[in-house]
Amino acid sequence: MGPSAKLLLSLCLGLATATAAVAQQSPPEPTPTPAASPPPAAPPPEATPPPGPEATPPPAPEAVPPPAAEAPPAPSSAGSPQSGTYFNPAIAVIGNFLATAGKNRVEDRPSLEMRESEVSFQAVVDPYARADFFVSISNDGVELEEGFVTFTHLPADLLVKVGKFKAQIGKVNTQHLHTLPWPDEPLPIVDLLGSEEGWSDAGVSVSRLFPLPGDTFSELTLQVFRGETPGLFHAPSRGDLSYLGQYRAYRDFGDDHNLELGATWGRGSNGTTDTAKTTLEDIHLVYRWKPLSGRPYRSFVLRSELFRSRREQPDGKQSSRGFFASGDYQLARRWFGGARYEFSDHADDQTKRDRGEAVTLTFWPSEFSQVRGELRRRRYAGGIVANEALLQLQFAIGAHGAHPF
Amino acid sequence: MKRTLFLAALVLVAARPAFGVVKVVSSIQDFASIADSVGGKRVETFALSRGYQDPHFVEPKPSFILKLSRADVLIVAGLELEVGYLPPLLDQSRNGKIRPGSPGYLDASAGCDILERPTGVVTRAMGDVHPFGNPHYWLDPSNGRVIARSIAAKLSEIDPAGAAEYKSNLAAFEATLAEKEKKWETLLAPYAGTEVVTYHNSWPNFLKRFGLKAAGYIEPKPGIPPSPSHTVELINLMTAKKVPVILMEPYFDERTPRAVAQKTGATLLRFIPSVGGVPQAKDYLSLFDYDVKLLADALAAKKAGR
Repeated sequence: MGPSAKLLLSLCLGLATATAAVAQQSPPEPTPTPAASPPPAAPPPEATPPPGPEATPPPAPEAVPPPAAEAPPAPSSAGSPQSGTYFNPAIAVIGNFLATAGKNRVEDRPSLEMRESEVSFQAVVDPYARADFFVSISNDGVELEEGFVTFTHLPADLLVKVGKFKAQIGKVNTQHLHTLPWPDEPLPIVDLLGSEEGWSDAGVSVSRLFPLPGDTFSELTLQVFRGETPGLFHAPSRGDLSYLGQYRAYRDFGDDHNLELGATWGRGSNGTTDTAKTTLEDIHLVYRWKPLSGRPYRSFVLRSELFRSRREQPDGKQSSRGFFASGDYQLARRWFGGARYEFSDHADDQTKRDRGEAVTLTFWPSEFSQVRGELRRRRYAGGIVANEALLQLQFAIGAHGAHPF
Repeated sequence: MKRTLFLAALVLVAARPAFGVVKVVSSIQDFASIADSVGGKRVETFALSRGYQDPHFVEPKPSFILKLSRADVLIVAGLELEVGYLPPLLDQSRNGKIRPGSPGYLDASAGCDILERPTGVVTRAMGDVHPFGNPHYWLDPSNGRVIARSIAAKLSEIDPAGAAEYKSNLAAFEATLAEKEKKWETLLAPYAGTEVVTYHNSWPNFLKRFGLKAAGYIEPKPGIPPSPSHTVELINLMTAKKVPVILMEPYFDERTPRAVAQKTGATLLRFIPSVGGVPQAKDYLSLFDYDVKLLADALAAKKAGR
């Protein structure tokens, strides 16, 4: 063993010890925030019985659909607010079982699969922030689907998110699989955003409200990411970040109708060469009709997105388009029927276009479970046609999540 | 100098609610109505849901984010009634003043008589149960009084300059309420002990207050739609007990209750759970005027043998 090898060995050992030492240190003390003490409760009015510990659980998730019930069944008025479980995050698990029949040589799903189990942990961090973790357990293993902190107490109407999260491009890409109105992702997500997983990455998001006249909601979001999303972005060097900007506006038209429109622009390195970039553009539209009175259990949602991807690669620039439109009509209290049309060029080959049509029927036995069938025809580039039937069963346990919108 | 100016500006911004009206957002119209009574011209109210809407299922519309972002006070029913839509709206409102624990947040259930707090294990095999108790507590006017006091206290805290006004408005509200309560009690007194059937378990506070009882529900379990077997059982039960009326919230499907009413001879009443449910129920007091009269008339007609 030469001197240089010895040096290397001792360096490695030293490094390992140092790492171990750091690892053994107790986690950093939470910075004592001056205002962190629980704010005074409202004075109980009059001589009525003392209010039970206000067991309001941590604000629940952004989009667990089959929202669930509630936090730990706290023994109502007893139970000290300091008991061990009180500050535990709200935990929920959503199971997503998928059965597929028919033949598909391009997207060959198993006949029966536990496609995803999503475990969520959500809680308020301190008076300034909340944290949300979504761990996805699927055929591909265990993955942090999203994990981020949201700073809710910033000045100037700002909302800042830091962590790993789904990029806010369009609408569908921001939604978790189980909140989609279909058991599968539309073609533009698969073909233009890299994979079924879509665009998600580690980064920072800043968004601000810009209220418009007539109570119109409008929001501008800027996000910057590390630039690594399988199939979409790859950063040859550390500085090759990916960026996104979205503007969306929403307006109610009376109590029963509303419309959201948005435009997104995104860009990042695709890794085919050191300088090659992919630019994404998206326009989305969501129209909703839900009468608040008179006709219970009737509603309609129209969703549509138009994508364009311009991808620089060694063999030239590819300009690919994708589109989907889908309508979902509520037939009865627990029944929904829907239809979807979709097409998309391949991001790396603008001459290849996939097309598809699907109809769905969804039944919700309760708020916490859902059965959905889909008949789907996809005609892939190269003349491959796949006719399939998908049957999805979803079920949620745990803390009551908020309904998606 | 610049720094001083900046600091001064900050202080000015921070001290904002000292002028202008207090903006109150509430989850249901009932609280908005009480806040209007107590706050008078000093407040401006907005309710996220309408009285004819199921308060459990409110669409989290982005327009609500705007309302919340400008609110000085948020009044919620608590007991997880709003858990399905409010938390993400609150996050996105970027408004620290109205988050749980902040001075602008008021959980109206504090101090109210809350019924049906489950003891023992709660599971969803029981349907959509509320582990902290039945959240429809505002349907007892005594709880309305407690809520009014909470709101007055909260408004005085947020807008101390108006404290005297809130106090006198509250006194006026309580006086009218006391008067009305006597009237309502008189109207329903002859039917004390009567058993009724309701669609959802929204009325325990109302029934208890006016001496009535729930014999059963159209829903087999909270949040679960009627099933044929349960409906048959219910019809037998209602026939055996001679249940005179079915109370139904306006946001459910009428088919099953109508069929049950036909089979059993009971009268089906569209009972209003919140202010704004029908145009006549324009405020908290007229809500009870409407419901009590509807029920008393129906029971009187039954008694008269119609």
